[in-house]
Amino acid sequence: MKRRTLLKGSLSAGLAGVAAAAGLLTPQMVMAAWPKAAFEAKGVDNAVSSLLGSSSLTASGDISIKAPPIAENGAVVNIAVSTKLKNVSSISILVEKNAQPLTSSFNLASVTEPFVKTRVKVAKTSSVIAVVKSGGKLYSAGREVKVTIGGCGG
Amino acid sequence: MANKWKVRAQLKGGTTTLKALITHPMETGMRKNKKTGKKFPAHFIQSLTVEHNGKSVLNADMGPAISANPYLSIKFKGAAAGDSVKISWSDNKGGSDSHTVKVR
Repeated sequence: MKRRTLLKGSLSAGLAGVAAAAGLLTPQMVMAAWPKAAFEAKGVDNAVSSLLGSSSLTASGDISIKAPPIAENGAVVNIAVSTKLKNVSSISILVEKNAQPLTSSFNLASVTEPFVKTRVKVAKTSSVIAVVKSGGKLYSAGREVKVTIGGCGG
Repeated sequence: MANKWKVRAQLKGGTTTLKALITHPMETGMRKNKKTGKKFPAHFIQSLTVEHNGKSVLNADMGPAISANPYLSIKFKGAAAGDSVKISWSDNKGGSDSHTVKVR
């Protein structure tokens, strides 16, 4: 598994490097590796299957999401995801009710601990979902974030 | 665009905690300019990488739903004090920047 990802990574990097050196690719094309379809997908299932190739998620109690229960400003919501699962290769953070649920996806190296903390935009009260890829399987956990407009904490 | 970085990599008990604050507007492309009624064009970071001594630690894809001036924190093993940690990003308009800090 590890060897395969390594091969794949080095091969594609090598190819991109060669192509860029030959002046074949514009910067725009190099960035085509960015999973556009996944980020533009509507609905959590579509986004996850587009990004990770499968939408069969197993709910896991070993994933912890730290998020404020009530966010007064939906534009800046602190989210920290960590997990006790082993062999984590990626962590993705989705906001269910956003027009485009996928916010970000973090591909972790083997030395990197399964921990990511960032800030996301949450359009309205929604559940924040973390999808963890561990040993080729997908696990998820969710947590509700309530967005109040007007800052009246209700 | 102001390219200011606030990055810290701190070693504690074998684990390095990296905290980074990047200055970027992260415009979604949905927000309207009230004066003209036109939408502000999308402008956001698409990919971000973290390298420790040249070896990849994190490779992230980001969408416009990451907050303006993105904050990121990760933890990784195997670094020693004085090692270099490089963060770089590129956005949807072809802009990019990188910053290197020393592990403390």
